[in-house]
Amino acid sequence: MLKSLAAAFSFALAFVAAPLAHAQLRVNVEEGHLNPMPIAVVDFLGANPAASQVGGDVAGVIRANLERSALFRAIDRGAFIERIQAMNVPPRFADWKIIDAQALVIGEITPQPNGRISVDVRLFDVFGEVELRPFSTSTTADNWRRVAHLVSDHIYEQLTGERGYFDTRIVFVSETGPRTRRVKRLMMMDQDGANPFFLTGSDAMVLTPRFAPSTQMITYLSFETGAPRVFLFDLNTNRREVLGDFPGMSFAPRFSPDGTRVVFTLDMSGNAEIYSMDLRSRARTRLTNHPAIDTGPSYAPDGSRITFESDRSGSQQIYVMNADGSGQRRISFGEGRYATPVWSPRGDLIAFTRQNSGRFSIGVMRPDGSGERILTESYLDEAPTWSPNGRVIMFFREGRGQGARLWSVDLTGRNLREIPTQTDASDPAWSPLLP
Amino acid sequence: MRRALVAFSAVAALAACASRPDPTPTTTPTTPPPAERPQGPVAGSIEDFRVSVGDRIFYGYDRYDLTPEARQVLERQAAWLRQYPNVRILIAGNCDERGTREYNLALGARRAAAARDYLASLGVAANRMETVSYGKERPLDPRSNEEAWSVNRNAHTQIVSGAVS
Repeated sequence: MLKSLAAAFSFALAFVAAPLAHAQLRVNVEEGHLNPMPIAVVDFLGANPAASQVGGDVAGVIRANLERSALFRAIDRGAFIERIQAMNVPPRFADWKIIDAQALVIGEITPQPNGRISVDVRLFDVFGEVELRPFSTSTTADNWRRVAHLVSDHIYEQLTGERGYFDTRIVFVSETGPRTRRVKRLMMMDQDGANPFFLTGSDAMVLTPRFAPSTQMITYLSFETGAPRVFLFDLNTNRREVLGDFPGMSFAPRFSPDGTRVVFTLDMSGNAEIYSMDLRSRARTRLTNHPAIDTGPSYAPDGSRITFESDRSGSQQIYVMNADGSGQRRISFGEGRYATPVWSPRGDLIAFTRQNSGRFSIGVMRPDGSGERILTESYLDEAPTWSPNGRVIMFFREGRGQGARLWSVDLTGRNLREIPTQTDASDPAWSPLLP
Repeated sequence: MRRALVAFSAVAALAACASRPDPTPTTTPTTPPPAERPQGPVAGSIEDFRVSVGDRIFYGYDRYDLTPEARQVLERQAAWLRQYPNVRILIAGNCDERGTREYNLALGARRAAAARDYLASLGVAANRMETVSYGKERPLDPRSNEEAWSVNRNAHTQIVSGAVS
């Protein structure tokens, strides 16, 4: 016992002392998809059969997360040579080099006396033969998927140098029933489609949910009082309230980055204008004043500017203005109509829906309108939402005469994937990283 | 017109052939049939408005201006509404699926407002009319083709109260 402790200690020392001479193991998020990093994620060890089961499940979710990013290729467990049996024994790097694993992840689930589990993870650069930063957490046993997402974010951050996005949720609109009498309900799920649950009933049609930065509040549109109205939904209390008792209809809401305001469209008499409302004082400020349709507002992450769409030029185009409504300027000049601008959480890009020659696309451009890139195209692609690290965009896609489904695409445009949902689904909104 | 009538009677004849012969009524109806009344819906009823006047007008792609046909229907609606001054209406603007959701909510509101404003110009009091937009959320025709889209771009005048029942 003492001997093994001593061995573990000197082993740990060896790693602490290891010089950082060798170049850091890195996946480039811009080009990693061309040559995904082979990574070995070993089923996490467990002190008893139940813990081993959880360990296998956690490793499976981590592998799936990393694969979906397209930056990593999870090596098939059948190819593993070394059988990891203890956390504190150094891996035989040669065994992992042979199967070309550039990174190795091992972990252990330890049941605690209070019914919780603790999770410890070690991450190795195989060819550099060094350990990268380890990760530990503890949680309730039924929260193992969350643990898998946290570990995935840790691995992603260590190997890409960017924030992860796996420990996040999606709020969206679940669609059922015939197209002429569609039932639309708010639904929440994990970023990978797991753990779905309904937030609203089938009595009123709801559209366009969006997260507050706190992740505990959403804003959305509901027809429950007849006309479309912006609502707030507190996920802690399940309390819903109308944003304001305006004449006409209110729609297209989004929170400000600090969560103190909601920017939205108010149409009192057939003219849609953009307003922002202070959630404490409930004072509203008019930001546009034009007979055209002005809608779809979205704040820059620093709160200083707002992008929106307007047809004041004769067709839908994207504009940027200061947060007080001044300095309105058109930024989209490509072919077709541009709609639903959404500012990236990194601030560097604006995602949009483009409609051109009877097809719909998701694309991105810089906030000055330059660098436009089209990422997808189909019969109907609409409503982009950003992963919190600004690398992946989720949206909904409808085939001709078919129901809507959720899809994601990364900024390379080459990693297009459907997100599994039990019903048809539209209007996704990606949460910030969970607290 | 004559061709339409011929077609109609052909359809009616087909329908008659297809359906089984009417069974002899075994119970006497509790209310006598309104034999003295002319055929068609009751004057001043919701059905009367829908059938005799027309409750829906249609728009061009991404348009909210009123076509000559739409104006004719609205003129009939206005005349009918002047005749039944207790009737209150809700005008719902609708769009086809070939646009983004929030833009279509705004476009539907414009369509409803265009219909309301024309009715108001024809003497229908503003306080009898409300508008709403359903954007692209409530298609009349579920198909994805030009024919369906042209039908789904409409303003639908619904009677809320005050009609003869």
